[in-house]
Order: sequence, then structure tokens, then C-alpha cells
Amino acid sequence: MSQAATPAADGKVKIAIDPLTRVEGHLKIEVEVKDGVVVDAKCSGGMFRGFEQILRGRDPRDSSQIVQRICGVCPTAHCTASVMAQDDAFGVKVTTNGRITRNLIFGANYLQSHILHFYHLAALDYVKGPDVSPFVPRYANADLLTDRIKDPAKAEATNTYGLNQYLKALEIRRICHEMVAMFGGRMPHVQGMVVGGATEIPTADKVAEYAARFKEVQKFVVEEYLPLVYTLGSVYTDLFETGIGWKNVIAFGVFPEDDDSKTFLLKPGVYIDGKDEAFDPQLIKEYVGHSFFDQSAPGGLHYTAGETNPNPDKAGAYSFVKSPRYKDKACEVGPLARMWVDNPELSPVGKKLLKDLYGIEAKNFRDLGDKAFSIMGRHVARAEETWVTAVAVEKWLKQVQPGAETYVASEIPDAAEGTGFTEAPRGALLHYLKIKDKKIDNYQVVSATLWNANPRDDMGQRGPIEESLIGVPVPDIKNPVNIGRLVRSYDP
Amino acid sequence: MSLSRREFVKLCSAGVAGLGISQIYHPGILHAMTEGAKKAPVIWVQGQGCTGCSVSLLNAVHPRIKEILLDVISLEYHPTVMASEGEMALEHMYAIAEKFKGNFFLLVEGSIPTAKEGRYCIVGETLDAKGQHHEVSMMELIRDLAPKSLATVGIGTCSAYGGIPAAAGNVTGAKSLRDFFADEKIDKLLVNVPGCPPHPDWMVGTLVAAWSHVLNPTEHPLPDLDDDGRPMLFFGENLHETCPYLDQYDNSEFSETFTKPGCKAELGCKGPSTYADCAKRRWNNGINWCVENAVCIGCVEPDFPDGKSPFYVAE
Repeated sequence: MSQAATPAADGKVKIAIDPLTRVEGHLKIEVEVKDGVVVDAKCSGGMFRGFEQILRGRDPRDSSQIVQRICGVCPTAHCTASVMAQDDAFGVKVTTNGRITRNLIFGANYLQSHILHFYHLAALDYVKGPDVSPFVPRYANADLLTDRIKDPAKAEATNTYGLNQYLKALEIRRICHEMVAMFGGRMPHVQGMVVGGATEIPTADKVAEYAARFKEVQKFVVEEYLPLVYTLGSVYTDLFETGIGWKNVIAFGVFPEDDDSKTFLLKPGVYIDGKDEAFDPQLIKEYVGHSFFDQSAPGGLHYTAGETNPNPDKAGAYSFVKSPRYKDKACEVGPLARMWVDNPELSPVGKKLLKDLYGIEAKNFRDLGDKAFSIMGRHVARAEETWVTAVAVEKWLKQVQPGAETYVASEIPDAAEGTGFTEAPRGALLHYLKIKDKKIDNYQVVSATLWNANPRDDMGQRGPIEESLIGVPVPDIKNPVNIGRLVRSYDP
Repeated sequence: MSLSRREFVKLCSAGVAGLGISQIYHPGILHAMTEGAKKAPVIWVQGQGCTGCSVSLLNAVHPRIKEILLDVISLEYHPTVMASEGEMALEHMYAIAEKFKGNFFLLVEGSIPTAKEGRYCIVGETLDAKGQHHEVSMMELIRDLAPKSLATVGIGTCSAYGGIPAAAGNVTGAKSLRDFFADEKIDKLLVNVPGCPPHPDWMVGTLVAAWSHVLNPTEHPLPDLDDDGRPMLFFGENLHETCPYLDQYDNSEFSETFTKPGCKAELGCKGPSTYADCAKRRWNNGINWCVENAVCIGCVEPDFPDGKSPFYVAE
């Protein structure tokens, strides 16, 4: 049970959820509830490992291995950012086949990560599991499908539909990992991406093996994942109106579609205060006003001047997460941000179900309007992006050339710097590498969790998750199910 | 149907490439998993880690065993998969630890930061006797649970040996279980299943061995461990000695770059100083493995990563 104290004199009740489970890492959420809605929120990252210090002084090439251990759900994203930063610093241009092989490795991880997230991290907020661990204990008043749908037969059938998919998705995500490992060596933590390209040249046999597995995954996405998300949304229509947040988003672009990284499958861009803008890396700053870090001078720092000096005793701090800002604004990252910025056409399944179940005529993602900025909107964005990724994987499978070189050798420069901009499945990711005397002199990681799950900045602005918690309904303080739903919709 | 010792060892031997222990539909394995887990459930806690071990474990799921996940009462606490959250989750964990005192397996993923009274990793909070919020550190959690366990299992290199959080440059005082046990004078059977991440078969195989032992200690003595606490079943052989490229090594046929044929020793492969059965077992359902794809970085070894770094320079 979450800790629900008795209301204070001002009528506010404080609730702390710690651990906020079914996320990668250690997260605590503290909210204040008044009259059944959240009026204030704090998001705290409870773990610090110190990758940036551990990387200093090492061979720069080691970074692509070490950084993968930041996250076991999306190691290939950190690997991608690291090898891109190294490519940049070493001055090496990856071959066409190297780029496509990297896309096939990372693309399969996208499919895996989104499926794992929706089914195995998020779904138990809606689908009732059997009465055994780890499906129990659960909230007494959990507002699950079986509670929401009044007709008992229909409730049971819909829940079983979800639960069967939960199980099948375990197998599908394993198959996705086999696709990653086909060219990545193994998964989690791939060996196959290094500075200069990919280590294994795809053979015709391995491309065929990858394609056979992909077909099964694609079928699941089209026939099960997408329909379930839209079905769920039609039961929880209120969750399309919950969790809007700042409505500022940022995307760095992901999956290069040409050898000079000028075009991407999902393009970079920024949407702030209702306006689209081009992404300019110079406008990023990290603040530590409420984070457990000391800094040599107050104010926000650009990542090229980034510092990492942890201090768990710092007064006023409540998180090990720094607060990145763009133009000093808190920006959401992730599938919703990417889909909003790129605004691709929706899947045929999506268009049909939006019409049939919701009466919405939508062609592109932005046709969802403000519904996109919600708990369910984020799940829809993730599912639609899985479909976009699957379409791209099909294309890359046609582009990959069995036998063609994927790797270009290069030397460690004496002194150089490089940046890798990409998108982890959970959001925008950048790695900055500075080399001195052929060793890592500084390494800075600005990950998706930093963008979404950060605490207040020096100016007192809430982070994106904190802000989107404001207004979330908590009708029953002993069973605050919507808190976890909101947080998990970000895949923090 | 229970499992004989001989059958179990055979199933673990990676004799059939690509068929994981959990993926062989053997009634004895299922028996150990379901019946053993009822007697000795699992509490899985996470410290300074990346969840990669848990994700790797999920790769053991096979169509024929996935259904039993719904019936197996084994995973009483796991932060990444359990439905529960907050104090409800922690209370359940403490209740299970009391109910099964001396009879549960504590599986630990991630290292234990000991600097700053453990505040570099907070795993949750409880209300103390005075009704005040109390933050529970990983350090406090292990100090509390490990002595009550039947055995503690270090899942992954971070908990087994410190791993990347304990690498040079760290400021968090990250410790392995064995160092933490030594510091805290915790005297408890410790088994290590290292790897960054561990192969799913190593985790499932070790658990099946543990449950088989619980069900029938005479037939199933505890698995033999090496000096670093690893089951010899999986970590008994040198990777280089079992490598399919050994002939090329012996003939000095070395690969010049990643995509050229030959033994990868000169590219930095750490197989010669690594003990694990990856060459025979392979990864991800037998699809591939590190040395076929690139190099071994020695991720199962106590000196990973510092002793294996730089990864791309010959030993």
C-alpha cells in the first residue's frame, strides 16, 4: 500500500510510492492530493552508479561496451550513441552496409523494448493476472479491466485477451532479442556495434533467419499489439484526457537513412509552446538545483562543459537525476515526442480502430490532437511507432547487402571530441566524448530518463513527469493506481 | 516426475547447441521449478544494476513453459515484473522473508553501494514505528534479508564481484556480495552466477539445481563451486580451450579486423582468461555468441571490467 497519511489542515494528503515498480531502475514518486486530484508531485531517482567517472581515463573504444550497462532494456541505444560519438571523434565514415546493419540491430531492439514495455511493465495496471506471485499482491481497488467492464462475460473475455497476449509477448520479445543477436552477437549487451561500423557482415543465411523471425514479430504487432492498445483505450477513455504535462517535446532523430546522417526514419525536431522548431544542440543545458550533485558554478551547463560531482547530502536535493532543459524549458522525450515531431501516417489498423471505436477520422499522428498528450496517448504513440519501425525493418532487410563490408578500421585520435545523438526507445539520448592523450578525458550522457524523470530545475520548474502528474485523478488515496499508470506511460 | 542427478548434469552440459535448459521440455525440470519453488520461493532484489540480468532471464521463456509461469508460485518479489508497488510490495517481501525464514532464495542483481551509508541506492521506503518515512538502502536490505535466506545467489557480475559499478573511478563504494558479507560478517551460503549479463541457462540451471537440492538433498547434493563461487557446471572450462577458433589460434591465423576471418586474439579477445561455456552453449537460443560476432570481453570474471580493459587490445 502506498503511504497515505491523514489529510493535513490544508486538506492535502501526501502519498509516496517507493519503489515505483515495473520501470528500469529505482524510482520514487511523491504526490500531494487535494479533492481527489494531484496538486503537486516529486519524482526521485534513487540510484547513482557514476558511469561518467568510471569512463574517465579509459580507452575510448571501451565506452560502447561500458555504457550499455546503463540500461539492460535498451543497451543498444547507449551503444548506438557511443559509437556515433566515437565515429564523430575518430573521423570515420561508416559504410552503407555498416549503417544498415546497425539499423537492423537497433531496430530489433526497438521492437523488443516497446513490446516489453507495454505488456510486461505497463499492462498489469489494466489486466488482471492470476492470483499468484508476482501478480499479487495488487491494489484492492485496482480499476482493472475486470472492474471497468460491467458485463461480466465481456470483462472476463477482454481480460483473458490481454493476459494471453502478455504471455505471448514474452515469447515475441525473446524472438526480437534473437534478431538483435543475429548481427549483434548476443543480447542484452551487444558486441556487434563498434566505432567504424558493425563487426559482423550479414550473410544471406543470417538475413533470411532474421527475416523469418521478423515476420512473426510483425504479425504480432499488427494483429495483437495495436488492436489491444486501441481496445484498452476505448475502455479507459478518461485516460486519454489525463496527464498532458508541459506539452513541450524534443526529438534528436533516429535511424540514419543516408550515409551522411542527414535524413532519419524519425526526424529530429522540437515542439515548444505550440510551435515547431529545428533542433539546435547548443540550446541544451543541464541543471542540478534539486539534484544530488555539486557544481563548480551555479546555473545550467551545456553537456560539453558537463560536470558529475555527486553529493547525497546536498540540501534541497531529492534526486540523482539531473534536469536537462532546452531553451530552459522542460521537454518530454520518447515515442510521443518522436511521433509528434515526425507526424507520420498512422497504421491501417490504427486508422480503422480510431474510426470504429472512437469515431475519430485520423490520418496522421497529430490528428489525435491533445489526446496524444495523455496516459493512453503515450501508449498509442509507442504502438504506432512499433509499426513504423517494423515497416522500416522490412525496408532495411531489402537494402542490406549480404557479404558487403560493414566495418572501417580507424585510429584513436590523440585529442578530439565527438557527439552521438540518437533516440533510445524511451527517448532522446546523447553521448558526448572528449579524448585527450588517446584516453577518455570527459564523457557525458544525457539519457531519456534525465529528460522525463527529472526533478525541479534551478528556476523551480517541474520535470515532465512531475508536471504531467498534476491533475491526475486519485479518487481513492489507498489505491492510487493512476499515479503508476501515468509514470509508466513514459517508460521512464 | 523428479529429476535424477545424471539427467540434470546432462541437461546442463550444453550438449545440444541452442537448446537451453529451460527450453527442453523435461518434466523433471518443471517438477523442480514448481514443487521446489513452493518449498523455497525466490525474492529477487536489485541494487546498482541495469536490469540486464532480469531481461536476460526473460530470454529463457519458451512456448512450452510459458504457461507454467502462471502456476509457479516462485517469484515473490521482483521490482521489474511484479504487479505490486510501494510499501505494499516491500511489506509483502518482508512477510515472505519471515514466513519462509531460512527457506527462501535471495537473488541479488546489482552491486551494493556502501559509501554515504548506502544512500547511492535506495530501494524503497517503509514507515517506522513512529510513523516516519524510512528510506531503505540496498545495504540495509541485504543486511536484513541475506541472513534469513536459505542461500543468497549473486546474479550477474555486479553482485557476484562488483562489476562495472565497482570499477576504477567509482565513488559509491560499490561492493560485491562476497565482500559485503565479509565486511558485515554475514555467514551464509553464497552462490555466484556471474556474467554481464548471465546466460539464462546459467540462472535457470542454478535455480533448478537449488530447488532439486531442496526437494531431494541425497540425490542432488549442492553443485560444485569454483574458488569464485561459480557452479562448475557452467563455469568450469576455459573459454579459449573450448573455442571453435582454437585451431586458428594454434596455427597463428589471426583476424586483422573484425570482419576478417581468423582467431580474434589480436583484436583483444579475452577468451584465454575467461571461464564460461559460451562457445558450446552460444547465446539467444543458439543464434550467435560474442566471439563469432566480435570478441569476448571476459564479462563473467571477477576482474571485469578493469582487468579486461582495454577490451580491444590483445592480452
